[in-house]
Amino acid sequence: QENVDPQKTAFLLRKAWALYSVTPLYRFRRARLREYARLLSAFIAAEKQKGLAVEVGAELDIKVALSSLADLRGSELDQAALLVQLSSRSRASSRNSEDKLVWSGWFCSVFGDDLSENMPEDFTSLPLFLSHGAESYMSLVGSWFQKTFDCCFRRLAISPLSLSWMVAMWAGCTLDRAASAVELVFSVPCLSQPLDISYAIHPEDAKALWDTVQKTPGEVTQEEVDVFMDCLYTHFHRHFKIHLSAAKLVKVSTAVASAHCDGIVKILHSQYLPGVLTLLTELAISQIQ
Amino acid sequence: HLARSLPLPSERDHLRPRIDLVVFMIDIKSKYSLKNVETSLTHVDASFFLGKVCFLVTGVGRVNACSIDTNAVCKLGEAYCSPVLFCELELEEIRVATAQRLLRMLQICAGHIPGVSALSFVSLMRNSDDY
Repeated sequence: QENVDPQKTAFLLRKAWALYSVTPLYRFRRARLREYARLLSAFIAAEKQKGLAVEVGAELDIKVALSSLADLRGSELDQAALLVQLSSRSRASSRNSEDKLVWSGWFCSVFGDDLSENMPEDFTSLPLFLSHGAESYMSLVGSWFQKTFDCCFRRLAISPLSLSWMVAMWAGCTLDRAASAVELVFSVPCLSQPLDISYAIHPEDAKALWDTVQKTPGEVTQEEVDVFMDCLYTHFHRHFKIHLSAAKLVKVSTAVASAHCDGIVKILHSQYLPGVLTLLTELAISQIQ
Repeated sequence: HLARSLPLPSERDHLRPRIDLVVFMIDIKSKYSLKNVETSLTHVDASFFLGKVCFLVTGVGRVNACSIDTNAVCKLGEAYCSPVLFCELELEEIRVATAQRLLRMLQICAGHIPGVSALSFVSLMRNSDDY
């Protein structure tokens, strides 16, 4: 695993990122980032003029910055991550005032070989996109990229099956600091009023359980995830007589990261950032294919 | 006849007509339904597995609500030598088509189609690798 400089990636942590899968970008050139930033900035300004704007406070000028994050990748075969930041500076304030970051999004590929392997020359593979900030800015940025590079953004939903993989893998991670509880949230179907069940487990118990289940360190199989989940379901049933396996797993939270089925993740620990991104890249690729 | 699980209650045994086909329904959104089917399978007489059992996986239209591993279901079908059908009950056309398929299978299992028996299902399931 590459050592990612924690300083550079600190901005990724503890933020809720909305996930998207992105099809390969056509004729994207790393050398032209500054030009792209200008074009995107002009596009946003033009859309604002048309009245398709974003927020209250139309006095704000949106400045666009595009940068590459060379460290954020899995292997040499991956493209370096691409960061898009939208900042605003109020026209009313003084020239020396700081720009305020209003939206950020980044493209990345961590061990995305499945997609990038047979990629024709003109295409750049960055299948995972993470966005933080107002949905309206996401729309603008997304439309511009789609128009300019002929790609397609789609919200990445996470199935209960994938969520159970995540909770099993992340609960098993060793952390030096005291960890927060492992929490699973289930939504119960077919009721007149929606019911959510939250199941919290002490992190040491969860890790101990995973350690007894996992046979080969570094390898995770579907059977192992099933056994882990079955133990949790059985334990819950014994106490509450409720079959959680009949409910829909909608959110999982661990000290490493949390994920919601609507495709929202929060990464809490820099040590496991590559691992989490690898998993998310894989999900994005399977949505594209 | 619809049942939540097997075995069927013994009180009504004498009133029950002959069973020609057993369809096990698995909801892709519910791990519990798979577990339930796995437990119920143990109560089925071995002779049924000569073409008179099939697995019906429902809810496949919603890929993002998937709670079970479809590979596991296919392996279950292989282990019990029975076909696995996938369908989405929320879509009317697929619902109707699936019902027609099941009805056709039932007719064969009940012996209503001359020249074709339930055993044909078993031979159709054999992999081309086996030849």
